[in-house]
Amino acid sequence: MRENATGPARLLVVDDNKVNRLLLTRSLELQGHRVAAAENGRVALDMLRRESYDLLLLDMEMPEMDGFQVLEQLAADLQLRDLPVIVTSSLEGIANVVRCIELGAEDYLPKPVNPVLLKARLGASLEKKRLRDQQKEWMRRFATREVAQDLQESGFALGGKRVHAAVMFADIRGFTALAETQPPEETIELLNTYYTLMFDAIASHGGVVTLMAGDGLMAVFGAPLPLPDPCAGAVRTALEMIETIELFNVERVAADKPQIRIGIGIASGEMVAGYAGTNERATYTCIGDTVNLASRLEAHTKVAARTILIDDPTRTALGDRVEVELLGQVPIRGKAEPVDVFSVNLGQKL
Amino acid sequence: MTEPTIDRVTFDELKEAAGADFVIELVDTFLAEAPSMLDALRHSFATHDADVFRRTAHSLKSNANTFGAHALGAMAKALELGGLAPVVAANGQSIEALAQEYARVAAALKELRDA
Repeated sequence: MRENATGPARLLVVDDNKVNRLLLTRSLELQGHRVAAAENGRVALDMLRRESYDLLLLDMEMPEMDGFQVLEQLAADLQLRDLPVIVTSSLEGIANVVRCIELGAEDYLPKPVNPVLLKARLGASLEKKRLRDQQKEWMRRFATREVAQDLQESGFALGGKRVHAAVMFADIRGFTALAETQPPEETIELLNTYYTLMFDAIASHGGVVTLMAGDGLMAVFGAPLPLPDPCAGAVRTALEMIETIELFNVERVAADKPQIRIGIGIASGEMVAGYAGTNERATYTCIGDTVNLASRLEAHTKVAARTILIDDPTRTALGDRVEVELLGQVPIRGKAEPVDVFSVNLGQKL
Repeated sequence: MTEPTIDRVTFDELKEAAGADFVIELVDTFLAEAPSMLDALRHSFATHDADVFRRTAHSLKSNANTFGAHALGAMAKALELGGLAPVVAANGQSIEALAQEYARVAAALKELRDA
């Protein structure tokens, strides 16, 4: 919803009393809003889960499910907990009003509702909602859904927690050379298409992109939200990314443009995931040996002339489900001992 | 009776805010709904259903105040806040007193509607 506070909003009126329902609906329609009505809390929740509304006007005393229960259910529902609620009631006693506010109601209007007051309160609530929606939209654009959700649930705090996850690094081979042969506009367009395709593949397997730098990206599987099988998610994503690039190359050849190739490194194990940076500017990221190893494996794809390289813990987690080729022990910068590196056979389904 | 059955200031404000035609519809809705609310009060009194009794009195109070029927509103509010016990003690008389006030309100509202 992107309505301006002064423009029409989609509102839901809940009241078990027909006279109250008609009157409130009428007042809101006269203010230019689109209004639906429900006769009790249960019906209202069903409607809220089916359709999107900008604001709920809620009566408290109702049969079946009263207003307090509705407020409790809304607060427990991730999709609905940000929905602004104005309580309109003739409840007796300040304690009841306090309870509404504590349960998350944005405002309280005594009945009979004064139309002028209603307009002012409604305008303020809708404006606040518009700002909140805008903030969420920005967050969606600059963070992934999972990170945005984690921020909403746990709030923001610098520092991390230990998680078990799989990390992927990917980049386009010979990108610098490619970029030099074409106008920058074409390079940006190529990167946008590339990122769109890769993000789709990563997100569809539960991964979260934590870093984009030039033609390179880093994604994590299993943080901030745990995944049942992070290694399988990462390797399935890698195989899908390669397939997607092959299809993309068919288009590029048809358009008389050079094909692109990518390299992918995956490592799994324990790492620290969280927000790093300053309180003003921070990014969600993962840190640790596992992350360094994934980055080194991606770099090693060029040396080994393979497309997808994984470490031993990832291969062990997948067992017989994945066909690999053992490339033997590879010395890795930052590691005292050489590590076993495996190349994932392309074209297989996990 | 010092207090008028319907407070004209409240009623006229309602007409002005919601529109005269709409208020006719609203009065008709109230006249259609109120008898079943009175029945619900009597029934919940007879069956000692405190929840329904309180909720019904609450609804009546709110509707009465909407139309400016403040005496009726005050009687309904007394039932809502007092609960069943005093009504039982008085053998349901307060419900019948409220029903009589409602009859006056209904007559006054019909007059205003047809004016």
